[in-house]
Amino acid sequence: MNTYLTDILQSGALMITTITGIVLLLVEANRRGRPATSFALAIVGLLAAGMTALIQMPAHGTGFSGMVQTGGFASFFAALFAVAGAMTIALSRSYLARIGWFRGEYAILTVFAVVGMMLIAASNDLIILFLGVELMSVCLYVLAGLARVRDRSNEAALKYFLLGAFATGFLLYGIALIYGAVGSTNFEAISAAFPAISAHIMFLAGAGLVVVGLSFKVSAVPFHMWAPDVYEGAPTTVSALMSTAAKAAAFSGFLVLFVRTFHFVGAGLNTVLAVIAAASMILGNVVAIAQTNIKRMLAYSSIAHAGYMLAGVAAANAIGLMGVAFYLVAYAFMNIGAFAVVSMVEDDHEQHLTLDDYAGLSKQRPLVAALMAVFMFALAGVPPFAGFFGKYYVFLAAVEGKMTWLAIVGVLTSLISAYYYLRIVVLMYFRDGAADVAAKPSVLTMVTVVLAALLVLQLGITPSVVVQAAQRFF
Amino acid sequence: MMLAAAAAFAVIMAKINEIVGPRRETDEKVTTYESGMEPVRTARERFSVKYYMVAVLFILFDIEIVFLYPWAVSFRQLGLHGFVVMFVFMFVLLVGFVYVWRKGALEWD
Amino acid sequence: MIAYTPLLVLFPLAGFLFLGLAGPRLRNEKLIGIIGSGMVGLSFALALGILMQMLGSAPEERKAVVELFPWISSFTGTMGSFSVSVAYQIDQLSILMTLIVTGVGFLIHVYSIGYMHGDRGFWRFFSYLNLFIFAMLNLVLADNFLLMFLGWEGVGLCSYLLIGFWYEKKFTGDAAKKAFVVNRIGDFGFILAMLLIFVTFGSLRFDTVFAAASILSPGRTVMVWITLLLFLGATGKSAQIPLYVWLPDAMAGPTPVSALIHAATMVTAGVYMIARCSLLYALAPVSLEVVASVGAATAVFAATIGLVQNDIKKVLAYSTISQLGYMFLAMGVAAFGAGIFHLMTHAFFKALLFLGSGAVIHAMHEEQDIQKMGGLKKHLPVTYWTFVVGAVAIAGIPPFAGFFSKDEILWKAFSSDFGSWVLWLLGALGAVMTAFYMGRLVFLTFEGKERFGHDLHPHEAPKTMTVPLMILAVLSAVGGFLGVPKSLLGSNAIEHWLEPIFDPANHKLLITEHDIVWSEYVLMAVSVAIAAGGIYVAWVMYLKRTGMADRLAARFSRIHRVLLNKYYVDEIYDASVVNPIVTISDEYLWKGVDTTIIDGSINGSARGIGAIGSALRRIQTGVAQSYAVVFVGGIVLVVGWLLLQSH
Repeated sequence: MNTYLTDILQSGALMITTITGIVLLLVEANRRGRPATSFALAIVGLLAAGMTALIQMPAHGTGFSGMVQTGGFASFFAALFAVAGAMTIALSRSYLARIGWFRGEYAILTVFAVVGMMLIAASNDLIILFLGVELMSVCLYVLAGLARVRDRSNEAALKYFLLGAFATGFLLYGIALIYGAVGSTNFEAISAAFPAISAHIMFLAGAGLVVVGLSFKVSAVPFHMWAPDVYEGAPTTVSALMSTAAKAAAFSGFLVLFVRTFHFVGAGLNTVLAVIAAASMILGNVVAIAQTNIKRMLAYSSIAHAGYMLAGVAAANAIGLMGVAFYLVAYAFMNIGAFAVVSMVEDDHEQHLTLDDYAGLSKQRPLVAALMAVFMFALAGVPPFAGFFGKYYVFLAAVEGKMTWLAIVGVLTSLISAYYYLRIVVLMYFRDGAADVAAKPSVLTMVTVVLAALLVLQLGITPSVVVQAAQRFF
Repeated sequence: MMLAAAAAFAVIMAKINEIVGPRRETDEKVTTYESGMEPVRTARERFSVKYYMVAVLFILFDIEIVFLYPWAVSFRQLGLHGFVVMFVFMFVLLVGFVYVWRKGALEWD
Repeated sequence: MIAYTPLLVLFPLAGFLFLGLAGPRLRNEKLIGIIGSGMVGLSFALALGILMQMLGSAPEERKAVVELFPWISSFTGTMGSFSVSVAYQIDQLSILMTLIVTGVGFLIHVYSIGYMHGDRGFWRFFSYLNLFIFAMLNLVLADNFLLMFLGWEGVGLCSYLLIGFWYEKKFTGDAAKKAFVVNRIGDFGFILAMLLIFVTFGSLRFDTVFAAASILSPGRTVMVWITLLLFLGATGKSAQIPLYVWLPDAMAGPTPVSALIHAATMVTAGVYMIARCSLLYALAPVSLEVVASVGAATAVFAATIGLVQNDIKKVLAYSTISQLGYMFLAMGVAAFGAGIFHLMTHAFFKALLFLGSGAVIHAMHEEQDIQKMGGLKKHLPVTYWTFVVGAVAIAGIPPFAGFFSKDEILWKAFSSDFGSWVLWLLGALGAVMTAFYMGRLVFLTFEGKERFGHDLHPHEAPKTMTVPLMILAVLSAVGGFLGVPKSLLGSNAIEHWLEPIFDPANHKLLITEHDIVWSEYVLMAVSVAIAAGGIYVAWVMYLKRTGMADRLAARFSRIHRVLLNKYYVDEIYDASVVNPIVTISDEYLWKGVDTTIIDGSINGSARGIGAIGSALRRIQTGVAQSYAVVFVGGIVLVVGWLLLQSH
């Protein structure tokens, strides 16, 4: 009984988020409950969870009979998911009201998705990892189809669900094979079984399938096909959540499983990941150039960024671990910011989503344009914004991991990416046009976006904040 | 080797069955078995969305029962801890049930 | 107090951010001026507080490093050990520089309130000035090379912005560009030096580098390279031969900028840098010789040009280059303390002279030609008297500040193990010319007949301008007493104060203190005599017998023309470096290589990538089944390849 209480207290962030979700369900069940209440409660609950996670970061441990780990890595990512979730909810408030889908369920689903993400990062067992992936994915399937009278939203939800179910099958199969090879699903047991099983055929097949399953979630090539369609079809703020927090969650799964548990001993796993990383960087950046719809462009950019981060995972060293963690935090804020601006410019009927709709934005809305420029520079990896150090660390990790070729591919494709990111800046500042926001952004939205921009700048100037946290992950 | 043998065995057995078995085909026999439903109908037919709602909810609470059985069997060994944990689980489901109920998902009309 | 060191830097930053963001909405000049000056004033007050605390503690406890935050950090790996913090180092040298920067900076800020009155870019001016102070303090307080470099680049940027402050005029923009480009050449040296330092010592922190350097013995080639490359950086920033050409043009900026950036503070950054790295230079005596020779040559060279210039600010600009040459001469003969001493006194009297010239220009309605002035003494009494103090100080008449610092340098140039009579002679030659052109400047501007139109009624500047002049005049008059040498029964307080900084270098160079010898008095007398002589000649030529200057110019017309045209150095650079580069870039690189080959390949590859993108885009059919097929293909590849790896 006592240990049970300790377990609950140790996983404070997870518990607070879960309770928030349950409370939200009850509020929503009450017919007089208004969506605004749910949104406010969700933001408060998530921020409280984030704070708790940050406070609990120094304490390492495991809980629930070794099923989850607490503190360190788990807390770091729990805080990231909570903040990212809170930010997307804050951004959605006026956006959803504008497009007519302001429902309390949005907040509930987001909160439960965050619970799933936290479970992934906290997992110390393959079962928990799978549980987290599923909880997160199911919520996201529904969120993608939230605007259910829109064809694209329906299409997005259905495609995401079908392919997601497909991927889940392989993930589960992979888990089963690993269990078969090791005889346990617990990470410590798996870790202890190394290096004896590292070349075991069943283990390799299992690990390969887990790579496939998680690669799908991070939208890495060739498991990326869903991303552009889904990001385009889903409501913009949902895309923001999917491309940042959900991606970060899947990456936390990668880190905890591959970097921490498998150590990549003697296996060709890192080569596989490196190839997937390179393919994602190349395809994501190259195809992004050809896009005219900004949400699709951001989707391909998201594929490319998954590639950069996978390079850090493939390097499989301490710098890689830290670099990917940093990259995820940085990417979360800059991409949420970028999608937020997109949601401001987008009108109520899925129009104003092409690149040309940004021409001359700086004339009408200097602040919004400046913020977008910050996010674009950050995504392109220009110092002093956070994106620069993200790339710096993962490429450094690749070089240290004897994968210099991967770093070279990364730098070259970054160069390509500058083209389409900066094109937005050029359009906003140097082209004439009547681009404007669809409606005057609410204070909440502006505060959130400015906060995202400040965080992007802050992380670019003092990257060591994250680096120091990353040094005490495990 | 074993893998190949197993695959070969499966294929050979199926083939033998096909070759040796008597074939007297009637309309009923060649149709696909679909639990007694008419297998070939127009694909355009619509189900009421309420049907799915009830079906999904049925699965949900069915699984609750599935969990309850092993718990009940080993209730004495699990003791107070098990009791509390199952209570939490039931509570969470109860919240879901309240939500579903209040949202009107259980009303057919 | 020392714990608050980061505030020194943050006050001006806050001022810059506030004025930069809120400036356009603040209509009130007074408010902007108070905020801008106030922030620098706060830093100055804090610096004074820190100085008091240092004075109250033992010499070995006077050094402290305050870390603000780790900047670029990495795991300790083979390559990842590169880590740098934003950390500020307080020691005897950096606090002295901070006091000069914030003190003189504060006075110039106050002066600017009057000088820039009514300017459309008033708020912009003050926010740039605050940004400059911020960058300059980063430069002098940094505890590592990278942060110092950040400050170094930052002051360069501010210099660019402020030279081109009146951006409507083309020549200000050109001057700004020239300053920036020439500085880039020096900065390149700095960057290379920094890379070499990191490769050699494995760190960029001063403490770590100097600790590692202190156990080396002189004569390593890499040290020569490091110090020479650093010196290349210094010649750019501090306007020495061959990179001095930007400074005279930089006078296109507003006069307070010339005073603050191009006389008192930024241009001394190179001197500070060499002083900071004195230990590295001690490991490369060859570089010291180079520094001394370049410094002495610049001192004389710039002084000769200053003899004949007619633009009041140009004279002062060449004088600045020349005086900076003296500082480098001091550095080169390993008289680091004397160099810093001269840096300080020069900050006082040169800021004073520039601000005085600003008051004159202000009174003359933007006229800068001294041939069209004269007789301003009775119109601008405060300006006149303070200007005279500055001129006497720079000429080296005792007991004004310049005498002590310049004499110290000349004596060290003669007596130091690294000095020689040649260096002394060059220095003395520069000194006599300095006295002459300062005399000429004063006499032509303030004395004699009025040579300007009668419709012009010069009037004294407002209090915000004259009060800083008076304070600087006092400092120029008495600032030298901080460094009265032993031979004059002084204690040489400033060199004593700086001793802990330069001791490691002096130990390396086996420099010991000399006893007082008679020759020191002889040389002192000589330098007083040449200073007085220079002024006397100027007096004769420009007041007593007014036609004489023109006759001399006619007699030696060829030399005069060469001097007036600044030895045609700009033209030589244009012909030898700039034009060939422009031609090559224009004709071959741009039209040949760039447009056809590079643009072609870039556009080609851009088109190619675009085409590939469009082609790849077609794979994205939108049909979920085909996605699943690609997915399965991926699985087959991944799992198949992994299975091949098993045994």
